[in-house]
Amino acid sequence: MDFGSINPILLLASLMVAATPILLAAIGELVVERAGVLNLGVEGMMIVGSVLGFVAAIGTGNAWVGFGVAAVAGAGLALMFGILTQYLLTNQVASGLALTLFGLGLAALLGQGYLGTKAPSFPDLHIPVLGDIPVIGPIVFQHDPMVYIGLAIVAGVWWFLNKTRGGLVLRAVGENHEAAHALGYHVIRTRLLAIMFGGACAGLGGAYLSIVRVPTYAEGLTAGAGWIALAIVVFASWKPGRLLIGAYLFGGVTVLQLNLQAAGVAIPVEYLSMSPYIATILVLVIMSAGSAPGSLGKTFHASR
Amino acid sequence: MLRRTLLASAAATAMIGGAALADGHEPVKVGFVYVGPIGDGGWTYEHHQGLLAVQEEFGDAVETVFVESVPEGPDAERVMTQMALEGADLIFTTSFGYMDPTINVAAKFPDVRFEHATGYKQADNVSVYSARFYEGRAVQGHIAGQMTESNIIGYIASFPIPEVIRGINAAYIHAKEVNPDVEFKIIWAYTWFDPAKEAEAANTLIEQGADIILQHTDSTAPQAAAEAANEAGATVYTFGQASDMIEFAPAPRVSSIIDNWAPYYIERTQAVIDGTWESVSTWDGMDTGMVEIGEITDAVPADVKASAEEMIAAITAGEYHPFTGPINKQDGSVWLAEGETAADYGDDGLAGLNFYVEGLTAEVPQ
Repeated sequence: MDFGSINPILLLASLMVAATPILLAAIGELVVERAGVLNLGVEGMMIVGSVLGFVAAIGTGNAWVGFGVAAVAGAGLALMFGILTQYLLTNQVASGLALTLFGLGLAALLGQGYLGTKAPSFPDLHIPVLGDIPVIGPIVFQHDPMVYIGLAIVAGVWWFLNKTRGGLVLRAVGENHEAAHALGYHVIRTRLLAIMFGGACAGLGGAYLSIVRVPTYAEGLTAGAGWIALAIVVFASWKPGRLLIGAYLFGGVTVLQLNLQAAGVAIPVEYLSMSPYIATILVLVIMSAGSAPGSLGKTFHASR
Repeated sequence: MLRRTLLASAAATAMIGGAALADGHEPVKVGFVYVGPIGDGGWTYEHHQGLLAVQEEFGDAVETVFVESVPEGPDAERVMTQMALEGADLIFTTSFGYMDPTINVAAKFPDVRFEHATGYKQADNVSVYSARFYEGRAVQGHIAGQMTESNIIGYIASFPIPEVIRGINAAYIHAKEVNPDVEFKIIWAYTWFDPAKEAEAANTLIEQGADIILQHTDSTAPQAAAEAANEAGATVYTFGQASDMIEFAPAPRVSSIIDNWAPYYIERTQAVIDGTWESVSTWDGMDTGMVEIGEITDAVPADVKASAEEMIAAITAGEYHPFTGPINKQDGSVWLAEGETAADYGDDGLAGLNFYVEGLTAEVPQ
């Protein structure tokens, strides 16, 4: 065994990068679920974001435009889901799964002709002063801007949910939509906005994969990242702080198992790969029953 | 894609009205089952080039169909069965994991001819064919061993099957020959095609000091990851896998192994048309052109390029076998004595190779 060749600084640094796409997708889904909507279409919105973001980034030569387009595309796809589930009262689980399948097909179609091309470069920020701190500098302060945007979104969501009136309304809608409606809050409008925010975040997460992480587009690029994001939301028991831990745990295990293999450590990678999922199941078992939003997944109609 | 092909073929059938062609023959229908998307830029892309070559060669006399991204396992059996039911005369199944499904389906359709790539199970109506990729790996190792500054070569492997292990051994032996300090770091991705994971693996290897990345997976993601690392100031070289991947030349991609299936596919289709098709086992290398080496770019020093070209010429002429003794197994026991070359089949033969050669430090996953 030779752990010497694993550089812990680089390991932790790459952990932050590996966790970013699932962190982005998960924080969006967290807001959606706190509003009482279960959108299983994260994977579909991610991959559509990844392909459209990539195409826009190639077309303009500017990665930022790519991220913008990806967020809009994700939100647009989510809006479709919102209209289906909020106005036409379709089943959320079925609509979400349909959205994933639709997204995968749409992405494969749109991506024809872009396979194997390379994304425009998106350089790392080297934050002055902070980036020069030994050990912590390279781990935390020398990444590309999207890593920090992801963290900022998590912090923003925490602040919004816990410290603002809007957040209170959103949580009320998610806990008991009939009571919120009786109090005069717009249940459907709140949910639509949450769904679109979730879609935009998923789109960003997908674009991060195709523009920064891989950085090329290929069919099936997200390879299940959207499902991991859904698991993280449950793992985090719908709390933004724990979501960060969950995303780093899932991202960390991915990076760690590759590092251990490259270092020639003979531990079966299967166990390591399944460990975050086992953790999620454990959390589900241990968790007190009441912590999921009360109206999660339920259809709302004002007449009732 | 398949649907379009089907519609097109349905339309064609309707036009002909099920009648025979001018020369009195129905068009021969050739099916292809692909493991990845045809746009992977690697393995499946090259098989699809073979399909296009068949179309080009035979025109209306042959009708082709394909299904892409077919998972290895039961789903593959379903796809093959459907192809056979739709009247395919010859079906190429182009991944190792299709071996048992191909044999199973072939037993149900004795009149349909099957060709399975890279496997070893033959039947009366199942041929096997593969290319001696390890000949190309030897050239890669030869170049890589001289190009590396860190003496660490990263290797992204797919599944622990003989074909992949042969490649690792061939590359290692020839890298070691020119650079005794060279060390291999191997990551098993357990997939043929997962761009995010392949890129992640490439990044991990680069972080652990590798400045050459060899891949035995199908996408161009490791090339893109290496290019991004180079833009950030590193110097990493890669080799195209299965396809030329020339879009990443002159660096990081400095050369490549190209699988040229077209001549084989044309020959076998011709055999079906002529009625001379028989179950055969084909394993061709550089000599027949099934394995080609892509252009060695100017990033490679001239003397290294010259000696690599000598090696290519010697292998092509049959003067040099990449597994020529003395070579020991990883545990130190003798595999090949001085001057002995590896046999294709039998104990310790290349077809079933399941051990590393001496000097590799990792273990073959079980």
